[in-house]
Amino acid sequence: MSGPLLQVKSVETYYGNIRALGGVDVEVNSGEIVCLIGANGAGKSTLMMTICGSPQARAGSVIFEGQDITRMPTHEIARLRIAQSPEGRRIFPRMTVFENLQMGASLDNLKYFDEDVEKIFTLFPRLKERQMQRGGTLSGGEQQMLSIGRALMARPKLLLLDEPSLGLAPLIVKGIFEAIKKLNKEQGLTVFLVEQNAFGALKLSDRGYVMVNGQVTMSGSGKELLANPEVRSAYLEGGRH
Amino acid sequence: MSNMTNKLENAGGDLTARALREAFYAGLISLGLFFLFVGLKSDQNILNELILVQRWGLLAVFVIVAAVGRFFVVAYLQPLNARRKASKDAAATTETREGYIKRNFTVIAGVLLILYPILAVALFGVQGSLKWVDNFGIQILIYVMLAWGLNIVVGLAGLLDLGYVAFYAVGAYSYALLSSHFGLSFWLLLPIAGLLAACWGVVLGFPVLRLRGDYLAIVTLAFGEIIRLVLINWTEVTKGTFGVSGIAKASVFGIWSFDISAPNNFAKYFDLPMSSAYYKIFLFYLILALAALTAYVTIRLRRMPIGRAWEALREDEIACRSLGINTVTTKLTAFATGAMFGGFAGSFFAVRQGFVSPESFVFLESAVILAIVVLGGMGSLTGIAIAAVVMIGGTEILRELTFLKSIFGPDFTPELYRMLIFGLAMVVVMVWKPRGFVGSREPTAFLNERKAVSGSFTKEGHG
Ligand SMILES: Nc1ncnc2c1ncn2[C@@H]1O[C@H](COP(=O)(O)OP(=O)(O)OP(=O)(O)O)[C@@H](O)[C@H]1O
Ligand SMILES: [Mg+2]
Repeated sequence: MSGPLLQVKSVETYYGNIRALGGVDVEVNSGEIVCLIGANGAGKSTLMMTICGSPQARAGSVIFEGQDITRMPTHEIARLRIAQSPEGRRIFPRMTVFENLQMGASLDNLKYFDEDVEKIFTLFPRLKERQMQRGGTLSGGEQQMLSIGRALMARPKLLLLDEPSLGLAPLIVKGIFEAIKKLNKEQGLTVFLVEQNAFGALKLSDRGYVMVNGQVTMSGSGKELLANPEVRSAYLEGGRH
Repeated sequence: MSNMTNKLENAGGDLTARALREAFYAGLISLGLFFLFVGLKSDQNILNELILVQRWGLLAVFVIVAAVGRFFVVAYLQPLNARRKASKDAAATTETREGYIKRNFTVIAGVLLILYPILAVALFGVQGSLKWVDNFGIQILIYVMLAWGLNIVVGLAGLLDLGYVAFYAVGAYSYALLSSHFGLSFWLLLPIAGLLAACWGVVLGFPVLRLRGDYLAIVTLAFGEIIRLVLINWTEVTKGTFGVSGIAKASVFGIWSFDISAPNNFAKYFDLPMSSAYYKIFLFYLILALAALTAYVTIRLRRMPIGRAWEALREDEIACRSLGINTVTTKLTAFATGAMFGGFAGSFFAVRQGFVSPESFVFLESAVILAIVVLGGMGSLTGIAIAAVVMIGGTEILRELTFLKSIFGPDFTPELYRMLIFGLAMVVVMVWKPRGFVGSREPTAFLNERKAVSGSFTKEGHG
């Protein structure tokens, strides 16, 4: 297919009168892992949510597989196979792990459920052990795994991950990053992720964007950004790594 | 060992002192609480003047009951409970027998309910069974059904609806008006009443789509009041506060009638002595079937995509949308389905009373139904049924307590304290079981069940 899978063109998003995104351009090609880094409040989560149409962009356009989805309702965007593990995980707390995964597969009405749930359980064996436990009683890391697993159950073409490493132990973060890499390599899954853990994320990604105050100020390959002195001083040194 | 008994004796002395102290406080508090409510009563004398009636005797009874009750709780009940807990921890033996009753609860309850009218007739005779079948059986089952219907909206979909009685009213008036104007039968009008109520559910659903929690509750409350006010003021159609009377009775699928003049009268047909008890027994089985239908549909829907979407909606609306669930249709179907069962119950109500008026559809009814859902544990059918038995059965028992007149004087009417006791019971239950009688949610999907369905899934799956 010609052209990128996802194209965000000079998108502006507002919360009331406050402008959170001021003309953002981002492209994600099929088969890529792309990451977005930036300080707190830069607008990363807002961009993720704008792609999903909640809130909708006030100006600019979001194009997925050549189709303009800027004004589409969220559930229809999801039906185009854009799955998200949103900020705050948002799993269903009173439902069991198993039921949460079923909800993820509701797009196909559980058609591929048995096959896919086995894949999720091999990816995150922890979830298999805990499948009858209520989502709300899982540990933070297990909830993160469930959130990613639930998004994967929808058989996405594009997976959006908002801070998958948030609050997790380094070893688990490593595990989750490896899982993302594996999905990308083996199934050609396209991933667009937001990360505070800039070092790990940039190493994992093919390309990256840096966001400051609702605008993309820098972009390049993962290696380039890792080597860039500005990025190093702002997000890598004195930070987490 | 002797050391320990010593300690216990000491504790016993302390306990009595503490119990006396707490009893005194309880008496004091109830004196303050009931002084104005019970001790003084405003009334009209013959000249229509407002006068204050003093009821110190009654007030004294209240205070004494509170004080003595507190004394017994502190001195006996609490230590007893503590001891029981300790012995329970030490040995859990009766586990298996409890397990049997718990596992087959639905079957046992179903059989008991089917046998209930027969038992009532056997024990109290045909005429004597009236009270048991009608006041207790039918009355409780109506509320069970209403609460199960509301449970779909509040318990499953998490949409706080304070105006549920509106759909009950729509169902009741649908039957009352359509049957008296067009002479249509109950069996035809029952589904129509349900459909009309469901339509009103959608009508209510649209404006409140974007609302949640408190705001939703206020709008639904207003909706309930609007329906009631329309019923009062649209006098040409609804006859206002006079209500619609002389509503036709239901028949046994048109085969036997309960009209005294009809040739196919049930009692005549079977050569039985004339009694209204047969009709009540028929109504009992009718509402039992309707309630069972509600439960069956709820259980089935919970396992289907729409039911799962309702529950997911209750948990997290944003997550729902990002999983491709259309929250608009999900909410509307929840309102419509809940309303439909309200409508069924409403037309049953009209058939049972033979008379409907706006007075039966006040906010208090919504509140009672909601209270039953909350007490039952939001979502649990069993819990809700238990709550309905306790709350409605409890208030019905109050009517029976005529012996209290000999204690409190001939003016004492126990029903007047219905709401007081209702509130008290709610507080007690909420303290004792904060999440309702059955507070934990039953999962709808299990591993072995998945194994069972996996065959059919793989068959239609891609190769
Ligand atoms: N619902 C909202 N209403 C008003 N303002 C909002 C809302 N959500 C986010 N904002 C504001 O928009 C800006 C961008 O927020 P966003 O959540 O996108 O930041 P972020 O880059 O994801 O930050 P973090 O790394 O802390 O998650 C912030 O200034 C935030 O205060
Ligand atoms: Mg964020």
